[in-house]
Amino acid sequence: MSEDISTQNTLTQRNQTAVMGPQVGNLALKGGVPIVSEDGRELTTLNLGPTHPSTHGIFQNILTMDGEKIVSGVPTIGYIHRAFEKIAERRPLYQITTLTDRMNYCSSPINNMGWHMTVEKLLGIEVPKRAQYIRVIMMELARIADHLICNSILGVDSGAFTGFLYVMQKREEIYEIYEEMCGARLTTNMGRFGGMERDLSKEAIRKIREFIQSFPPVMQEFEKMLNRNRIFIDRTVGVGPVSQEMALQYGFSGPNLRAAGIDYDVRVMNPYSSYQDFEFDIPVGYTGDTYDRFMVRNGEIWESFKIIKQAIENLPEGPFHADAPEFYLPPKQEVYRNMEALIYHFKIVMGEIPIPVGEVYHAVEGGNGELGFHLISDGGRSPYRLKMRRPCFIFYQAYPEMCKGVTLSDAIIIMSSMNVIAGELDA
Amino acid sequence: MLTNQEIADDLLSQFGDKIAGFEEHHEIMSVFTTVETAKPMIEYLYQHPTFQFQYLTDLAGIHYPDNTGGELSVVYHLHSWTNNHRIMIRIFVPIDAPDVPTLIDVYKSANWMEREAYDFFGINFVGHPNLIRILNIEEMDYFPMRKEYPLEDATRQDKIDALFGR
Repeated sequence: MSEDISTQNTLTQRNQTAVMGPQVGNLALKGGVPIVSEDGRELTTLNLGPTHPSTHGIFQNILTMDGEKIVSGVPTIGYIHRAFEKIAERRPLYQITTLTDRMNYCSSPINNMGWHMTVEKLLGIEVPKRAQYIRVIMMELARIADHLICNSILGVDSGAFTGFLYVMQKREEIYEIYEEMCGARLTTNMGRFGGMERDLSKEAIRKIREFIQSFPPVMQEFEKMLNRNRIFIDRTVGVGPVSQEMALQYGFSGPNLRAAGIDYDVRVMNPYSSYQDFEFDIPVGYTGDTYDRFMVRNGEIWESFKIIKQAIENLPEGPFHADAPEFYLPPKQEVYRNMEALIYHFKIVMGEIPIPVGEVYHAVEGGNGELGFHLISDGGRSPYRLKMRRPCFIFYQAYPEMCKGVTLSDAIIIMSSMNVIAGELDA
Repeated sequence: MLTNQEIADDLLSQFGDKIAGFEEHHEIMSVFTTVETAKPMIEYLYQHPTFQFQYLTDLAGIHYPDNTGGELSVVYHLHSWTNNHRIMIRIFVPIDAPDVPTLIDVYKSANWMEREAYDFFGINFVGHPNLIRILNIEEMDYFPMRKEYPLEDATRQDKIDALFGR
C-alpha cells in the first residue's frame, strides 16, 4: 500500500516537472535576478505572441505581470514587415496597388481605391460619377466586412463563437461581390487609375441587392446576441477606456477614435469619391472602452449599409472609367485589334506613362481609420517617396498604456477590439 | 474657414526669417524651416487659440542625396480638427549630423513615428526615450530607405529612366 502511494507521488512529480519546465520557468529573470515590484512582489514575464492565437496576426507583447494583473507591456512589431515603402520606390504606379492590398487585408478595396485616388489627384484625372458610386459601394462593403470580422472576433475572444460563424457567411457574400467585380477575394487589386476595370455586371448588381435583402436580419440577430448580453457587457464595459485627450495624443483615428467621443471621419471632413452625396451618420461612443468600440463598429456597419442602399438606388448612368488613355489600361480585345490601344497597353505595362513632378497627400477613411498616402513624384516612373499613413501603426502604440493594470484576459479583449491588423501595422 | 494665407502671415510675423519658404501642393501648405525652429513652431501651432493643430497625422523621413548639407528631410503632417485644415512642416538636416529634437512631449504618437524614421533613415531624434529600430531587426547596421541602397540588382539596365527619354 505504502509503496503504491510513493510510486504515485513520483509519477505526479515527474508530470509536474514536464508541465512546468525548468524550475525557474515562471519567474521573470533579468540578468538571473527575479524582477521585483516596488512593494517586494515577484513579477512574472509573459510572452503574448508572436504567434498567440488571440493576437490575430504576428506581433509580440512582452508583458510583466503581477499575478493576474499586467504591470507593463512592451510591444515588438515588424514580424511581417515587407518594406512596401522601399519596394514602391522601384515600381510603376499601377504595380503599387497590389502592395496596398496587403496592408489591411480585411478591407483591401479601401486601400486600393485610396491609392488610386491619390494617383488620380496627382495626375489630375476626373473620375466619372458612376465610377465614384461603384467605388463607394465597394468601399462600404469592405468596411462592413472589416467591422464584421473585428466585432465577431471580439465575441470569440470573450467566449462567444456562434456569432463569428454566423456573420462569416455574410462576409463570404461580400467576397463573392468582390469576385464579381475583380475576380479576387482577399487581395483584390480592384479598380484602375481613372475608375474601375469593369462595370457593375448584372450578376454583381443582383448579388448586391441580395445582400441588401439578406443582411439586416443576420446583423440584427448578431446584435441581439451580444449588445445586451450580460456576460458580454460584464466583460467589455469599462475595459480599456480611452479618453478624448489620450485618443488625440496617441493619434487615434477611425472607430477607435469615435468610440472616445470625437466625431472625426475623413469621409465627412474631406469628402472624396462623392461621399457628400450620401446621407449617413457618424456613430460615436462616450468612454472609449471596449464596449463602445464594439458598438461604434456595429453602428458603422448600419451606416455603411445605408450608404450602399443609397448608392445602388441612385447609381448614375455613364462611363465607369475616365477617358484617360495614357493611364487607364485599355480592354484586352482592343489591344489585340487596335494599334492605339496596343501602344498604350505597352506604355502603361512598362511604366512609361508621363507622371508629373509633384506631391500629393490623400487620405481615405480605411477600416481602421485615416489611411493616408503621401506621394512625392520627381517625374520618374516610380514614386520618389511614398509614405503610407497606416492607422494601426499609429494607434497601436497606445496599447501598453491601455492594458496597464488590467488582467490578461481583458488585455486580449482590448487588443481584439482595437482591430490591429498585422499587415497594416508592419507594412 | 482658415486659409493657408492666414497661417503663413501669422507664422511670418511670429518666426520671420526662420522660415525658408512656403509651398502649396493640392491645397496643403508646406512650411520650410530650420531644425531649431521646427519644434517651437509646432508647439506654437498646437497652442494657438484659433489654429489648434493638435493632431499629428504623420511624420515622414525623406532622403535627398543631392541636397548637400540637408540630405535628410523630416515632414510633419499636422491637422487641425477644429478648422479641418492640414499643414506640413518640413526641415532638412545634414546626413552626418541628423539631429532633430523629439516631439514626444507635444504628441505622444510621435514615439513610434520617430522610431520608424530613425529605423529607415537614421534620423536621430534627440530626447527620444527609446530610439531603437521598430520594424527592422536590431542587428541591422544601415538605414535601408536611404537612396544609396538599391532595392534590386543595381546593374539592371532596363529600368533606367534616361533610356526612355526622361
